[in-house]
Amino acid sequence: MDALSWSDIILRMLEQFTPVWIALIVTFVLSFSFKRHLGLYGKLFDSPIGMVGYAMVMFWVFTGVFGGGFDMIVTHDVLAQSAPMKNKGPGTAFTQLMGTPDPNAYPYYLLGGDNLGRDVFSRMVVGAWEVIKIAPFASLFAFMVGITLGLPAGYYGGKLDTFLSFLANLILAFPVILLFYLLVTPEIVLTGIPVYMAAVLFLFPIVFLVLLWNSRYHTQPSRRNVYVGITLVIGLWLYLGIAWDADPLGLVSFPPNLLVVFVAVVFVNSPTVFRIVRGLTMDIKTRDYVAAAQTRGERPWYIMLWEILPNARGPLLVDFCLRIGYTTILLGTLGFFGLGLSPESPDWGSTINDGRKLLTMYLHPALPPAFALLSLVLGLNLLADGLREESLRD
Amino acid sequence: MAMFILRRVGVMILTALCLTFIVFFLTNLYPNLEKLAKTQGDFRMSDEEVASYLGRNGYLQPMAVKYGQWLGVVPGFVIEDRDGVTRGQCIEAGTAPEDAPRFCGILQGDWGYSTVFREDVGKILNDKLALTGKLMFWVMVLMVPSALILGILAGMREGSRTDRTLSTIAITTTATPEYVSGVLFIAVFASTAVGLKWFKGTATAAMDGANFENFFLPVLTIALYGMGYIARMTRASMAEVMTAQYIRTARLKGVSFPNVVMKHALRNALIAPFTVIMLQFPWLLNGVVIVETLFNYKGFGWTLVQAAGNNDIELLLGVSVISVVVVLVTQLISDIGYVYLNPRISVR
Repeated sequence: MDALSWSDIILRMLEQFTPVWIALIVTFVLSFSFKRHLGLYGKLFDSPIGMVGYAMVMFWVFTGVFGGGFDMIVTHDVLAQSAPMKNKGPGTAFTQLMGTPDPNAYPYYLLGGDNLGRDVFSRMVVGAWEVIKIAPFASLFAFMVGITLGLPAGYYGGKLDTFLSFLANLILAFPVILLFYLLVTPEIVLTGIPVYMAAVLFLFPIVFLVLLWNSRYHTQPSRRNVYVGITLVIGLWLYLGIAWDADPLGLVSFPPNLLVVFVAVVFVNSPTVFRIVRGLTMDIKTRDYVAAAQTRGERPWYIMLWEILPNARGPLLVDFCLRIGYTTILLGTLGFFGLGLSPESPDWGSTINDGRKLLTMYLHPALPPAFALLSLVLGLNLLADGLREESLRD
Repeated sequence: MAMFILRRVGVMILTALCLTFIVFFLTNLYPNLEKLAKTQGDFRMSDEEVASYLGRNGYLQPMAVKYGQWLGVVPGFVIEDRDGVTRGQCIEAGTAPEDAPRFCGILQGDWGYSTVFREDVGKILNDKLALTGKLMFWVMVLMVPSALILGILAGMREGSRTDRTLSTIAITTTATPEYVSGVLFIAVFASTAVGLKWFKGTATAAMDGANFENFFLPVLTIALYGMGYIARMTRASMAEVMTAQYIRTARLKGVSFPNVVMKHALRNALIAPFTVIMLQFPWLLNGVVIVETLFNYKGFGWTLVQAAGNNDIELLLGVSVISVVVVLVTQLISDIGYVYLNPRISVR
């Protein structure tokens, strides 16, 4: 078989992404028709920049979920190597040196093969899944840590604030890459330090939720007990499984090398979130409605979580989008330096790192993951920009 | 003001001590020491041999003592070896044990010895910092003016077509990490297969003689990532200033638009970017590590990767001291500068 021409390659790629296009169209049609009932999310569809950003983000989210989660878009196994396909250009017909090729196999490597003869296109698609799996959750955890510590620091001030700010500045003064090199190595994993850090960091979401329910339903003990009870049971179950790998039911577990990456990313992100939340709290606590709540005798945590936090949601939401993008960049950095994830892993950072070594000769293995990462982060930035514009409008 | 600076310096020293202790602690954990022993000796060493190697080189003392020795507040260790030779931290090869000083740490100006490069850490850092300084200088020369111009042009007329275009460019550069833009630049400008072949894909030659051909790509790669952020800050601050009363007054008086921008708006609009530019230094440090690895430019960032990858304890400590000091000093300068530029802020 002959190699495909560029127009064929593009057509075939568009065809491979069919489930993503369908999902995107459904999302946009639904969001458009109900945009007046969807609050801030609906308003996003008034801003062209926000819409473009949202489309780019959702493209990669759907690609990740369908490709990595359901095995739909990928054309070949991401780890399968084929010697004759080494460094072959985009659109080369698929051949195998040994054994008869599976007759159902996709007949082409759409974006060529990398230095080990693996399919670049499939690796790019599954790379999206690697990011979608980690980045949003890591950002969410960083936010939980930052909010739980930043609210009291900004609200009470004084010694607590001085101490927590000192700790935050301490972590921020570290060059991120040095921190990664110190934390994400097999030797450090042996000492168990990442597990202890996970044990501390993963406690914060539970603390956050318990404080949230307790302060809200303090006056209705029966309701509070239900909410706090459910949070504690599910939270501690997940906590034991994820942080300590000691789930009594044996259902929840977390691959150790992924845990290190996760912990390192959360650890690097939370001080910045802390500083943002602290600043916002210091600003908002001077408002009249906070004084009113104080006068009617509300408890500090109620004021912090149910008066201050909802009013800080705009800037926090914008920062959340930016932070997912930054986390994506950090994950890429980890992959680029070959830290944490396994060397075979199809994540974008590792693929770029593999591809760059032969970059002056072969461009095709490094460029697709580079453009993928660029477009996802750009999409998140544009989305944040659109959100900022729309939330400032009212 | 003097009190403010003094207190900040105090906090700075405390931060530096804490950070170096953390680095010290992490690099001195036993699995890391074992790796060090095996790379220094050979990879098939038994556990006893590792322990004896570490003992002979003073690695098995308590953590606090070792940290004190490195700092230079605890006398350096002296160990009687099996073959009767006295070995110690402060005893250089070829000098008698009696002549050696008692203390030799950072405070005495002795940065230790690199196990990877087999050279004094002080000398390595000196050489590498000079190389990275050269890189950073050109990054600043390229980044700061272009970012400010971009931001001012965009913020001058908020919401205009120029503003939209320039803002999108700024967002795109902030969304492109160095390892992506570097790869794209090499692909477009330096690839031997296709592309323009304008520049070199490595900057190794630039260490001795930098010229436009071999040095422009690394400089551009670092500058681009920081540029977008500074430009957006400048734009925001410029846009805010342009809505101020005194600008409207000036316009109504009939001052021409370029004059308003140059004479009235510019100075007030540049306060915020100044802080941001100073705070960019820590981020630039990250960019330096990535770009120096990507372009094989053997400067400070490249040294960090080598030291961290090989658990070269004393070199890594030296690297972290330098980077922490750079970060903290720039924070201090940005605070002081902010106070000077903006008289509304007072310090107690």
